[in-house]
Amino acid sequence: MTATGTRFEPGTFTPAPGAGRYGRMLLTHARIETSLTLRHGEQILLTLLIPLALLVGLSLLDFLPTGELGSLSRVDWVTPRILALAVLSSAFTGQAIALGFDRRYGVLKRLSATALPRWLLVAGRLVAALVVVLLQVVVLGIVAALLRWSPSGAGIGAAIVLLVLGTLAFGALGVLLGGALRAEAVLALANIVWFVLLLAGGILMAPSSLPGVLGDLVALLPSGALAEGLRAALVDGMFAWDALATLAVWAVAAGAIATRTTKLT
Amino acid sequence: MSAAVEITGLVKRFGAVTAVDGLDLKMPRAGLLALLGPNGAGKTTTVEICEGFLRPDTGTVRVLGLDPARDGAALRPRIGVMPQGGGAYPGVRAEEMLRLVAACAATPLDPAWLLDVLGLASARRTPFKRLSGGQQQRLSLACALVGRPELVFLDEPTAGMDPQARRLVWDLLAALRADGVSVLLTTHLMEEAETLADEVVIVDGGRVIAQGSPSALTAEHAEDAQLRFKARPGLNTDLLSAALPEGYLVRESSPGAYRVAGLVNPQVVSTVTAWCAQQGVLAEELHVGKRDLEEVFLELTGRELRT
Ligand SMILES: Nc1ncnc2c1ncn2[C@@H]1O[C@H](COP(=O)(O)OP(=O)(O)O)[C@@H](O)[C@H]1O
Ligand SMILES: [Mg+2]
Repeated sequence: MTATGTRFEPGTFTPAPGAGRYGRMLLTHARIETSLTLRHGEQILLTLLIPLALLVGLSLLDFLPTGELGSLSRVDWVTPRILALAVLSSAFTGQAIALGFDRRYGVLKRLSATALPRWLLVAGRLVAALVVVLLQVVVLGIVAALLRWSPSGAGIGAAIVLLVLGTLAFGALGVLLGGALRAEAVLALANIVWFVLLLAGGILMAPSSLPGVLGDLVALLPSGALAEGLRAALVDGMFAWDALATLAVWAVAAGAIATRTTKLT
Repeated sequence: MSAAVEITGLVKRFGAVTAVDGLDLKMPRAGLLALLGPNGAGKTTTVEICEGFLRPDTGTVRVLGLDPARDGAALRPRIGVMPQGGGAYPGVRAEEMLRLVAACAATPLDPAWLLDVLGLASARRTPFKRLSGGQQQRLSLACALVGRPELVFLDEPTAGMDPQARRLVWDLLAALRADGVSVLLTTHLMEEAETLADEVVIVDGGRVIAQGSPSALTAEHAEDAQLRFKARPGLNTDLLSAALPEGYLVRESSPGAYRVAGLVNPQVVSTVTAWCAQQGVLAEELHVGKRDLEEVFLELTGRELRT
């Protein structure tokens, strides 16, 4: 080729291979994953606007099965459940849909052809999921505070542990779904599951308000466990070990299956 | 030093389909090898096995002396990969994507410079899914090169590019080769293989059917098939053969493309043109000389490369 000498200095591409530093890879990867979520209109609707609307609506209007309230203010009853919804929305539904389309566009294959190790590919997504949950909790917490939310101070630590574990459990389930099916199927299924868990999975209705064994079963769902655990922490200041154990089992089981079933493309 | 790529007896099946069927290949360091073959020949499967994405059913594969299926973690920092059809987050900006891949390497090239060189400077902030096919390909190529690899695998690197972008990429590949990078690319473009490659490996049906430098491949059996011309399809080749001296054979290799097998001399050329004139047809693109890879392929398989 004749033009070569003029376009590229000799030595421009002289090999200098080697892996980058893990810290930098993780930071760059997690930052991109986070900003892709925050830039995506539908993701914002799902992860922030809908939970916000429900938080405000249910706190101000009289929709609730008020029999449950007792001496509680509506916002104190609603906020822990909306935090559970926020985790379900971003770590599960948002994550699954994004992964479904990422696979379609070949990004997993692209990244696994670099020096980025597999564990880091997962870690980057996890860090991003935790950052998004943190942002959701801050925004929802501020709005709830404006609505005179008064959480139990004793339960804050427990709530943080539950939110992290809930993010891991729902994140693993999201990867399980998003890594297995075609993008369109993931989109449909992730939204259906979101809706079903919201209405019947222990988020809007407490498991205890459901008849018979149904309540016990719903408490074993990750949504029921997270909502009940957060209620126990933020309303009663209690550490709900059963909810924690339930979430841990979901996280480990879904993670173990997902590492086997997730397809790159 | 071990070869860049060494493949022996590679077989890969997908259910009933045998994608790679006993392929052998040896690629020395610091050369450019083109895997040339029609769609479905098994090029992508072979390359993906070299990259560690697929595992061979039988056979051994060594890339830079390593087994890609087992030593992937040690191999990946040393190679650059351009998958067929590219790959990026749908919503990621071109520059973000390249910076992410650059962050995975110890001493990467400057991403901004690379985008500029590849004509992507104006698309830096464009989301991947809004880039044109050719732009996506160029970004993907940038991702393969940014880590300064010693070996790159490029699967149909110029697919979907306009001729100008293709020239640019050819220049870039020549520069890579000149700087001592080993390049294995797949293509179904004859011209690409002929222009760039030190070594061409022609594959069909998952097997190597010929290999050598472009000039060696086209010079083999050089005494055959030296006169070609084009005319309207459906000429009576038996009549033309009869008009020529004993031992010459005329064949319509594809509709409207004719070949005269046998030693060419001025007598033969004038007989062919005179016969065509007699039939009232114009013989176009009358060509005497070496075969090109297109014909080598046709001769070996009886089929056109581009179908
Ligand atoms: N994942 C797969 N599942 C089933 N068949 C496949 C798969 N990948 C490739 N094939 C088949 O293997 C053959 C070779 O394909 P490929 O390696 O992509 O060829 P090329 O890259 O030369 O076009 C084709 O017949 C193709 O349909
Ligand atoms: Mg291919």
